Amino acid sequence: MRELRCHRGIGGRTEGVALVADDNFSARYDLDRRRGLFSRAQHKLAGQSYVDLILVVNTAKGGVASAWMLYEMKARAMAPRAILFNRYNTILAQGAALADLAMCDRFEDGDITQLISTGDELIVAPADGLVIITN
Amino acid sequence: MKLSAEEQAMLAGEMGAPKRWAMEHMMQVGNAFDATDMVPVSQAHMMADPESLGAAGVRFLEAFTRYPPEQRHVAIPMLTDPRGVDPDYYRPLGQTEEMAELDRRISAACQQLGIMMTNTCINYQTVMAPVRGEHVAFGDTGVVIYTNSVLGAYSNFEGGPSALAAGFTGRTPRYGLHLDENRRGTQHFVVRHQPRGLTDWGTLGAIIGRHAGSYWEVPVIEGIESVPTSDEMKHLGAAMASYGSTPLFHLVGITPQAPDLAAVDGGAMASARDITRADFDALRSNFGGKGAKVDVVVFAAPQLSIMEMAQVARLLDGQTVHPETALLVCTSPAVAADSARLGFTGRIEAAGGKVLQGTCFYQQYAREIGAAKGWTRLLSNSAKIVNILGGYGYQPALASMEECVAGAVAGRIV
Repeated sequence: MRELRCHRGIGGRTEGVALVADDNFSARYDLDRRRGLFSRAQHKLAGQSYVDLILVVNTAKGGVASAWMLYEMKARAMAPRAILFNRYNTILAQGAALADLAMCDRFEDGDITQLISTGDELIVAPADGLVIITN
Repeated sequence: MKLSAEEQAMLAGEMGAPKRWAMEHMMQVGNAFDATDMVPVSQAHMMADPESLGAAGVRFLEAFTRYPPEQRHVAIPMLTDPRGVDPDYYRPLGQTEEMAELDRRISAACQQLGIMMTNTCINYQTVMAPVRGEHVAFGDTGVVIYTNSVLGAYSNFEGGPSALAAGFTGRTPRYGLHLDENRRGTQHFVVRHQPRGLTDWGTLGAIIGRHAGSYWEVPVIEGIESVPTSDEMKHLGAAMASYGSTPLFHLVGITPQAPDLAAVDGGAMASARDITRADFDALRSNFGGKGAKVDVVVFAAPQLSIMEMAQVARLLDGQTVHPETALLVCTSPAVAADSARLGFTGRIEAAGGKVLQGTCFYQQYAREIGAAKGWTRLLSNSAKIVNILGGYGYQPALASMEECVAGAVAGRIV
């Protein structure tokens, strides 16, 4: 078990399995939202499903649409369970607030895409500024 | 966050449920960014296309329409980004009635909330440009980067929900680009190859945006030898924001907050990075090659100004678009009216092109249009759109406006 401290985040406490990439994230640029897959061929998670996983990526990219899209994805139960960033942008934070999706960033121990591995089991507690690797 | 008496009343629900929701939303976001108070904003601008909202987002918007006008009407002038459907031309693109109906419901809901359906991502060219020092809440990356950089006004990227919250209350949390401390340069570039034409300006934006790679970096750019036009700044900024999620740049000696390097040097910039002809060539080599068949040529992202409409019309005079290639031109309703009146639209459509009003191709179900029409090979002069549509099942190619028109006529990249 390892505790990772971060800035106070957004959304409620959740648990799940990590899907990690040293890459960036945009709901519009990177996803086939209908099928729940990364669809951008150049993305390090191309072809993989993100649904119900805790996505761990570097930063947000692209534009404004992700804010509405996170809400729409969650309404169809086709969203990640949480997203952890090294640094999110305003859009992803706003989208998480509307969707009540757990989201954290600014980790004290360094690059979150190196500290967590795909398949790790996580507890995400945004209000406490805390992520726990439980395996 | 420190709230005024009026803000506390809104948060307590004393001024209706829409304002209470808006304050709660903004408190969550503001706390995530350590905002200490709210800042009044004079305009809001919201992304409102049905592809982004989906059915759930439309229902969310409609829920506010049941409140009385004094509670549901926005408190400041509020505009919309491009819509998802041109009501006069959606079936020929393979768009469905379901898409059109969602779009109609968004328009109806927004009008019930007092939002002006400008359907534009070039409001700084066509509606009312903010002035230096003005705080606004704009909801399109191209609009925001132009507003911050070229106009010297203050805006974060506002997603639809936060733009709506700003509209209801006339405020936004004071964080990010509303603070001078976040507007100083963090990266330094010197341009050694002068951009020529809109595609070059977009390419320069793409190079810098890709290098910046974060909302929290502020590129400072030296070496530009002539003052860019508004359309050139538009393509520079839109591409930079697309490739880097970058909301602000400074052109030393040109943009208003950067009269000289010292004015924007926050002391944290590393040594300057040269941008050369090789960088332009490398970026463009990612997008397309000569001889390849072209399914669709798109002029959009951002919507075209009246100057660009005139240029497309002039290039198409005496030409005919290839029968197996479509040519789409996206502009705002305001520009479309002028373009029709001035004869540009007639000339574009006489050559076989189609002018779409109030849409921008990547915001109008581009994935579904591609599937319905069998389009994969797309040619555009927009560095922004070729970046986005790579994730939408297209094989996009980048070329100048002149090369795009020649490609539309030949049916292949020339």
